[in-house]
Amino acid sequence: MGLPRTDLTTEAQVIARVCAGDREAFYALVQPCERSIYAAAMSILNNPADAEEAAQEAVLKALAAISRFRGEAKFSTWVIQITINEARLKLRKDRRHLFESTDEEKTDEQGDYFPKDYADWREIPSEALQRKELREALKRALDSLPQKYREVLILRDVQHLSIQETAQALGITEGSVKTRLLRARFQMRDALAPGIDGSWYAGKQEYEKVRPW
Amino acid sequence: MKVIEITCLEVWREVSNYIDGDVDAELRARMEAHFKTCAHCKAIYDGTKNVVTLVADGVEYKMPSGFSERLYKKIQDE
Repeated sequence: MGLPRTDLTTEAQVIARVCAGDREAFYALVQPCERSIYAAAMSILNNPADAEEAAQEAVLKALAAISRFRGEAKFSTWVIQITINEARLKLRKDRRHLFESTDEEKTDEQGDYFPKDYADWREIPSEALQRKELREALKRALDSLPQKYREVLILRDVQHLSIQETAQALGITEGSVKTRLLRARFQMRDALAPGIDGSWYAGKQEYEKVRPW
Repeated sequence: MKVIEITCLEVWREVSNYIDGDVDAELRARMEAHFKTCAHCKAIYDGTKNVVTLVADGVEYKMPSGFSERLYKKIQDE
C-alpha cells in the first residue's frame, strides 16, 4: 500500500526524533498500530495476558532496534513482524510440552483443498452478527484453524494488511500468503456452513441447499 | 468475445484471489462465466465471500483494559 509522500516524510522525521531519544515520538508511532500488534500476538498466543506481554516485549525490542529501521516496510508492518516473532518465541518457550510444530511442512500447501460441501448461504442478514451463537461459532472456527492459517487470516481479513504487508510481517512469500489465505477462508467456510445452512435460520427458509448428494 | 471454459478445480484455486480483486481480466471473465452455469461454485464463492465479511465484522480482539497505559509506561520506563 503506497503511502502519500508526505506521510513517509513525516514517519521518517518522527523516527529521527526517536533515534535522538524522544520516547513520546516513539509512542506516537506505536499508538496507531497497538490494536494490530495485539491482534497479531493473539493470533498466535490466544491468551490476553500472554499476548499483552509479547506485545510489550516486541515494542521494547522495536525501540531498541529503531536505528536499524530502514523504512523498507512501513513502521507498522515492521513492528507487527517483531511481534509475530516475539509471540512465536513465547509460544515455544511456554508451551513446549503441548506445542504442535509450526515448522513448515513441505507438502501441506501443495495439492488442492476441496470444499467439504456446497451449502448455499448467500443470504446473511446483517443482524446475524448480533447473534451470540454466530460470534461464538466464528471464534470456535478461528480457534480450530492451524496457527499458520489463523495468522494470515487475522492479518489480512481482520487487520486488513495488504498481501505484501502480510508477507513481510510473517516472513513468507506473497504466494504463500495467498495459498494460506485460500485455505483459511475455505476452512472457515466449512466450519461455519453447517450452522449457516440451517440451525441459525431455524424456521426461516432464506437459505437454499444445493448439496450435490 | 469467446470465453474459454474453466474447471471447478481451477475456480476453487482462484476464488480467494478473485474475492481480493487479484485476478487478471481474462481469468475474471472465465470465472464469471463459470459462476453463471455452476451453482456449486457460485455457492462456494458466495460462502467464502461471506466468510471474509463475517471475519472482518465479527472477529475482534479487544485490548485488555489499561493496555495502552501500560504500554506507554513500559516505553517511558525503558
